[in-house]
Amino acid sequence: MTRFGKTWLGMAGATAVLAIGSGGAFAQQKELVFGFQCDRTGPTANVGVNLCPGYHDYVNLTNSKGGVEGFKIRVIEVDNEYKVPPAMEAHERFKKEGAVLEGLYGTPQTAALNKKLEEDKILGTSPGFGTSNASDGKRFPYTFPIAASYWSQGGAALQFAKEKMGTLKGKKIAYLFYDNPAGKEPLAIFEDIAKTEGFELRTFAVPAPGLEMGAQVLDITGRFKPDFVITHLFGRAPSVSIKELKGKGFPLSKVVAFVWGSSEADIIAAGGMAIAEGYNTIQFAGVGKDFPVLKEIEAMYKAQGKTPPKEMDSTVFYNRGVFNAAIHVEAVRNAIRAKGGAAPTSEEVKKGMEAIKGFTLGGLVPPMQLSAEDHEGGGWVQIWTVKGGKLVKAKDWFQGYRPVILKHLAADASKS
Amino acid sequence: MFHRESGVFKTSYAADMALYPLPIAKWTVAVLALLFVVIIPLTVHEYYLSILNLIFIAIVGALGLNILVGYTGQISLGHGAFMSVGAYTAANLAVKLGLPFWLTLPAGGLMAAAIGVVVGMPSLRIKGLYLAIATLAGQLIIEWTINRVPAISGGASASIQVDRPSLFGFSFNTQGSLYFFLLFFAVLAIVATLNLVRSRIGRAFIAVRDQDIAAEIIGIDIYRYKLLAFAISSFYAGVCGVLYTYYFGIANYEQFQLIVSIDYLAIIIIGGLGSVLGSIFGAVFVTLLPIVLRIVMENVGSLFFTTSEVANVISGLKLAVFGALIIFFLIVEPEGLNRLWRNIRSYFRVWPFSY
Repeated sequence: MTRFGKTWLGMAGATAVLAIGSGGAFAQQKELVFGFQCDRTGPTANVGVNLCPGYHDYVNLTNSKGGVEGFKIRVIEVDNEYKVPPAMEAHERFKKEGAVLEGLYGTPQTAALNKKLEEDKILGTSPGFGTSNASDGKRFPYTFPIAASYWSQGGAALQFAKEKMGTLKGKKIAYLFYDNPAGKEPLAIFEDIAKTEGFELRTFAVPAPGLEMGAQVLDITGRFKPDFVITHLFGRAPSVSIKELKGKGFPLSKVVAFVWGSSEADIIAAGGMAIAEGYNTIQFAGVGKDFPVLKEIEAMYKAQGKTPPKEMDSTVFYNRGVFNAAIHVEAVRNAIRAKGGAAPTSEEVKKGMEAIKGFTLGGLVPPMQLSAEDHEGGGWVQIWTVKGGKLVKAKDWFQGYRPVILKHLAADASKS
Repeated sequence: MFHRESGVFKTSYAADMALYPLPIAKWTVAVLALLFVVIIPLTVHEYYLSILNLIFIAIVGALGLNILVGYTGQISLGHGAFMSVGAYTAANLAVKLGLPFWLTLPAGGLMAAAIGVVVGMPSLRIKGLYLAIATLAGQLIIEWTINRVPAISGGASASIQVDRPSLFGFSFNTQGSLYFFLLFFAVLAIVATLNLVRSRIGRAFIAVRDQDIAAEIIGIDIYRYKLLAFAISSFYAGVCGVLYTYYFGIANYEQFQLIVSIDYLAIIIIGGLGSVLGSIFGAVFVTLLPIVLRIVMENVGSLFFTTSEVANVISGLKLAVFGALIIFFLIVEPEGLNRLWRNIRSYFRVWPFSY
């Protein structure tokens, strides 16, 4: 029987049990609560359904090994459906249950919770979401992007393009982006670097929902004829962009996609790995199954007599879930150690988060270093390229144009 | 609300239109006021107050849409965009000019009303589905404008942070204090709507809804009243957007996209078109149901399965049950929860001596 079927059966059974008045009093034990927001049913469900199981699996793995420093972790997951009011409700729920930290999901949701997190002194992580200026720990003390922001990704994309072509001088670079705030965010970085490096930048906005971009792609391939294309799209749009660019005969080896256009699912939806040969993707967590922690998760499932979940095959998103959980656990571990084994408060967990350094989880996590000032951890990314039917690492962890990013962060901070 | 007469004894229009149909109604209101102003904030955990806060904001938005759709019979798919107009107006005034909330809030509402009149202009020529599409265009144009004009949106990230509302040096910065802040405006909106719909304007709206040609013949200026309905409805939406802005501490147009307009239409259809109580029921139902469903499923599921296994099915199941319940309620009573409530009340009016 499938897991789904079993669950249904269980639900029915459980309803019967509840009907005769089983309350479910649990024995008190050393326990820490993590809040985790997710989107499994909203517009970004394609991400959530694979990412969120990764989060749970890593926490389960930690618990199966005796927890973190003797504390078991209980995760409360709330599906916010990519809507803002449920995100606020989720945060209050986490707070009520005594969560020491929480995982945020979605850019508008992160924006709406910034202030509340600070007021309630509970840290929230938003890898791949939120605004780039949230990297500044002094302005947003309880918001932790913990992964390369769109600014850092922009810098990295140009760095990669530069290395591929030798120089950016006199080159033509097209930026194909989703017409929303997140899509426009890296423009400031591109325009800045375009001046210093001397390349020509042209932007091509794709209106939501981004399923129709024939005109923009024709404009790129037919008129502008760029030397390199950077894409920053969401949802179903990345696969459309791959299909269109391929269809117009543009070599995908001269395309690099931001982190939400870089999953196996995007490439497969565009027609399969075979047609996307050469497509470059930016990643903030390791890709593929070749990590000790994933082997341990598989072993954990096998030890329980279950088959590892199929979500594990969508390694880009699943690994990001594992990445997120691993950082959470590590922050709590730091906090418990600093307190000599006692249960930390949410403020101590924040300090634990800011002490994360040299934690790489066998290469799945970048060599990032968080601090009270830098909540992004340095903006590290990898480039993975489609080669021979799968994603292959093309460039190891690096920071692109870090000084430019830092300059913009400082400028943004002085504006407010 | 809860009280009943044992029959129909009203002999004048004035009695029929009275806000307090029976002397005891005043007591009901007093008890409700005591409950919401004293008992709930003192006894209930902050988490439940936060849910009530979301409901209060939703009530303001739903009342506005109900005035337009339920009372005047015009349809709007631009309600979310009007909220964003209010939100950005208030945020810009609060940040750039440092104005307090009691100025930004009406300003946000008025700006939304002005834009609402423009978007509502096609209603003078078209009806029904055509008007839905025209207002949909309004929604998309407003979204696009905010996204593209930095003077409104405050930069590339299109979000403006605002400080918590404060009054005489007191800052509303906890769920508990925001509860009173939002309760005040929710009650204000409810009372204003109750009075609006029993006034000349409200009767004119209903006449336009029921048959606009007939309304014109009996001397109602439909040009004026249709636009007035759009203005009032958008005013409520703008205020709702401002409340969201202060509640979240940020104005962000991604909070007010098309899906929000559709959600609010769902609220008033489930609650009951053309009724104040229906808007409240709808707001409560739509906000609360997913939360209750999730908590029930979590508790039931966790008796048998691990958290991650429960999480895998809960989202989908929640959505399916939510949809099924909406269909169920609308089949049981197509006129919404308000009608269901009235049916229950009129059953008890003559109980136990029916027939």
